[in-house]
Amino acid sequence: MSRLSWFNTVSLTLGFAFLYIPMIILIIFSFNESKLVTVWAGFSTKWYGAVVQNEAFLDAAWVTVRVAVVSSTLATILGTAAAYVLVRGGRFFGRTLFSGMIYAPLVMPEVITGLSLLLLFIGIGLDRGIVTIVLAHTTFSMCFVSVVVSSRLVTFDQSLEEAALDLGCSPAQAFRLVTLPIIAPAVISGWLLAFTLSLDDLVIASFTSGPSATTLPIKIFSAVRLGVSPEINALSTIMIAVVTVGVITASLVTKRAMVRQKQDELAAAKTE
Amino acid sequence: MNSDVFAPWEDPQAKPLIQFRNVTKRFGDFTAIDDLSLDIFEREFFALLGPSGCGKTTMMRMLAGFEKPTEGRIILGGQDIDPIPPNKRAVNMMFQSYALFPHLSVRDNIAFGLRRDNMPKHDLEDRVEEMLRLTRLERFARRKPHQISGGQRQRVALARSLAKAPKLLLLDEPLGALDKKLRQDTQFELMDIQEKTGTTFVIVTHDQEEAMTVASRVAVMDQGKLMQVATPDKIYESPNSVYVADFIGDVNIIEGRATANGDETYQVDWAEGQAPLTATSATGFSNGQTCHLAIRPEKVTISVDRPADAINAVQGKVHDIAYLGNLSTYHVALPNGTIIKAQTANTRRISRRSFTWEDPVWLSWTATAAVLLVD
Repeated sequence: MSRLSWFNTVSLTLGFAFLYIPMIILIIFSFNESKLVTVWAGFSTKWYGAVVQNEAFLDAAWVTVRVAVVSSTLATILGTAAAYVLVRGGRFFGRTLFSGMIYAPLVMPEVITGLSLLLLFIGIGLDRGIVTIVLAHTTFSMCFVSVVVSSRLVTFDQSLEEAALDLGCSPAQAFRLVTLPIIAPAVISGWLLAFTLSLDDLVIASFTSGPSATTLPIKIFSAVRLGVSPEINALSTIMIAVVTVGVITASLVTKRAMVRQKQDELAAAKTE
Repeated sequence: MNSDVFAPWEDPQAKPLIQFRNVTKRFGDFTAIDDLSLDIFEREFFALLGPSGCGKTTMMRMLAGFEKPTEGRIILGGQDIDPIPPNKRAVNMMFQSYALFPHLSVRDNIAFGLRRDNMPKHDLEDRVEEMLRLTRLERFARRKPHQISGGQRQRVALARSLAKAPKLLLLDEPLGALDKKLRQDTQFELMDIQEKTGTTFVIVTHDQEEAMTVASRVAVMDQGKLMQVATPDKIYESPNSVYVADFIGDVNIIEGRATANGDETYQVDWAEGQAPLTATSATGFSNGQTCHLAIRPEKVTISVDRPADAINAVQGKVHDIAYLGNLSTYHVALPNGTIIKAQTANTRRISRRSFTWEDPVWLSWTATAAVLLVD
């Protein structure tokens, strides 16, 4: 392994310090004995105990998880369907317009999305609560799913579907038995993307949530406005841990699949 | 084997399996198939041959059901197949890219079509085993497509498309992805399998050698039209146009004017100060009509002295020699600049070759060796 030059070492250190120092400080102070966030008074895990016993936090966490699971699942179904039609539907009137429009919500300011959804829900008389948050999250995350899935479909060999039709599949069977299993990794990463977007959304959720349902980001945000407590630090540290474990697991699984594929291909090359 | 020659296209009683009746296919302004009619018979190994963009793949995709003719009808086994979707046709296709399902094993790929027909489990297993045996893939049944070699993938694709015992098998450039040696072996394997299963094969290819090797009949296509449909030897020996003569194999084309000289024999005046050439032709030419004399390089004899009994003999200089190992092609420049190719088998060692660059030589051929073509 070659050694880094001093310039590269400095750049690397500065870059990572910039990224991680805030989080490290947060984690350190979550173990602070003192109630004052900025004064270190010894090691303690008591704030974690407090978080676990805080009903309001637990309720908010449970709402957040339910919203994330349901909305990302709905978004995946809708986004995949939209991607499939836009990539595969052949030419139809307004296709270019629709293709462009599916990307628009990606660049739309969240405040505007949230506000327009709020106006819609008031307009149709839908009480704000967990249902409206799910609908709102589905709306804005389905276009992310659609983008991920359509980029996979573009490189998908269409003759695979034709082969399925040729061998006796109806178009629906061809999709279920051939297309879907092959694009599954893209669909899953679309789902994960929608899930994380929903988990950490604050702006849209605050427009569409009601008194009956509060998500964790809203809870944290409103708690912090009353002053940062070590309890919030502990809660945030738990969230960081969950996300880290998730990301590491996902990357390990992908890496193992890639290594296996490589070995298979090497084995194939040998029999040739 | 039946001692009769297999030639249902010459039997007026024979019923064709496939009939293209005045089929036209347009994509926007582009006409891919232009008012084309063609009969293909049962048990035939029929080759559609042509340069890329000639419409051969469109013909195949219309048979499979992925494209619909703009005008005209396609009839398969007496039935107009226009309203039948691809999944209901007794036609299977082997794709150029093989289109193997990457998430299924070799066995499941082959069984895929049978499962769609809800074949009983026991029959299905027997049929898959039979296909694996036929294509010599028993050892690889459990592997995934990316775990086997290109040649094996090609055989899986063939087995999968044959598994449902289709009336008609379509092969789209089936050997295009294989290297030359493997391709030649596979051509014979394909012919063998076609004979064993008795399936009608329609193959699309741009490789004329491949078409000549495997096919019972070859259709040469250009710009959405059929140029000639005949057996490989007829296509090669008596092409009906300069296009076909030039597309299939190597040929010398000499343009000239025909003058009748006895029964089915013509004199061709082709250059100032050169003796006219003599050629026989079943097609009639009026005196003074422009004609093209097409002669294959291997039918031209090259010699140091003028052969005493030669009907057609011209003198020239060796301009270039292409040495192919078993054969050599001599490019001989005539005094007027025309280059004529002559091919000889290298029956002697190269060091004993009698002529080399710039040597004066004679080229000669018989009256029946060449074909006279209008255009």
